[in-house]
Amino acid sequence: MEIVGQLQKQFVDFSTSLYGEGFLDEQYLQLQKLQDESNPDFVCEVVSLFFDDSEKLLNNLATALQQQVVDFKQVDAHVHQFKGSSSSIGAQRVKNMCVAFRNFCEEKNLDGCLRCLQQLNHEYFLVKNKLETLFRLERQIVEAGGTVPVIVA
Amino acid sequence: MAVEDIGSGCSSSGDQEFHVLAVDDSIIDRKVIERLLKISCCKVTAVDSGSRALQYLGIDGERSSLEFDELKVNLIITDYSMPGMTGYELLKKIKGSTKLRQIPVVIMSSENILARIDRCLEEGAEDFLMKPVQLSDVERLRDFMLRGGEEERELGRKRKTPDDSCDCRPLRKRPTPLATACSSTFRALEEPVIVHES
Repeated sequence: MEIVGQLQKQFVDFSTSLYGEGFLDEQYLQLQKLQDESNPDFVCEVVSLFFDDSEKLLNNLATALQQQVVDFKQVDAHVHQFKGSSSSIGAQRVKNMCVAFRNFCEEKNLDGCLRCLQQLNHEYFLVKNKLETLFRLERQIVEAGGTVPVIVA
Repeated sequence: MAVEDIGSGCSSSGDQEFHVLAVDDSIIDRKVIERLLKISCCKVTAVDSGSRALQYLGIDGERSSLEFDELKVNLIITDYSMPGMTGYELLKKIKGSTKLRQIPVVIMSSENILARIDRCLEEGAEDFLMKPVQLSDVERLRDFMLRGGEEERELGRKRKTPDDSCDCRPLRKRPTPLATACSSTFRALEEPVIVHES
């Protein structure tokens, strides 16, 4: 199989696994629909904004949970924001982690919150890694002269 | 063609474009809503807070009426949960202003809280959209605004029955689980509906 074909197959298999394993959901597909020749980097741009925003939020969360007196409302506000942004790009596992995290905030459960933060970090860096791989595959396909396959639901 | 047919494409309608003011504190959501609106052939101004929205609309009296007419905003779409001024507070300020109250306001929220939705609709919001907002939501909104919205405003506020060609979800009514399901089958089941907001 020539190079483009191989890369395309890799891309399709990898994408399918991301949806199958719940890393990405329908919303990521919706974002793809908003990308076209006039906005060829739309998805990548949105995801880059997400990466920057998320890393800030994770730092803010770590700081907020390290305070002598933890302000759970503030912690919840950060998690709410993270839940929103992860939902907007279709990062399903991150979003679900945020939902669980908010429950602990409501209960003012510091241990629960700390555990969630750890898991949230883990899920975030996982999906970041996956998305970077996906973008890399897309670039490789285009550089090899092919077109990126369109994944449908 | 690589791009799915999302509509007839933006044709210049001669007169002014449909101008939407989008308000959201999330940079990610601003980027997405801006793109959704542009694809639906709207001119978009995106701001990051209620106070900036009011500044833009000239509610603080800084803008002359001439400038205001040139910038004419046809629709305001705002996130509910924002630091400082919430979307609900922004809605109240707009509806409380003689200059601005004619502009339809749509609220977006990631939380399906019935009391919140009711409160917004009662305060005069045109519609309440669940986040993440979809292209179909924006297209439906635009079609309603272009076709029926003006009529509605001229005749005063009365219940508008849904057009046959519209999505099954009627506007200016509290979105029912069925109606929500029409716009996106998976979203309605994502989180439990909360009846009372704490």
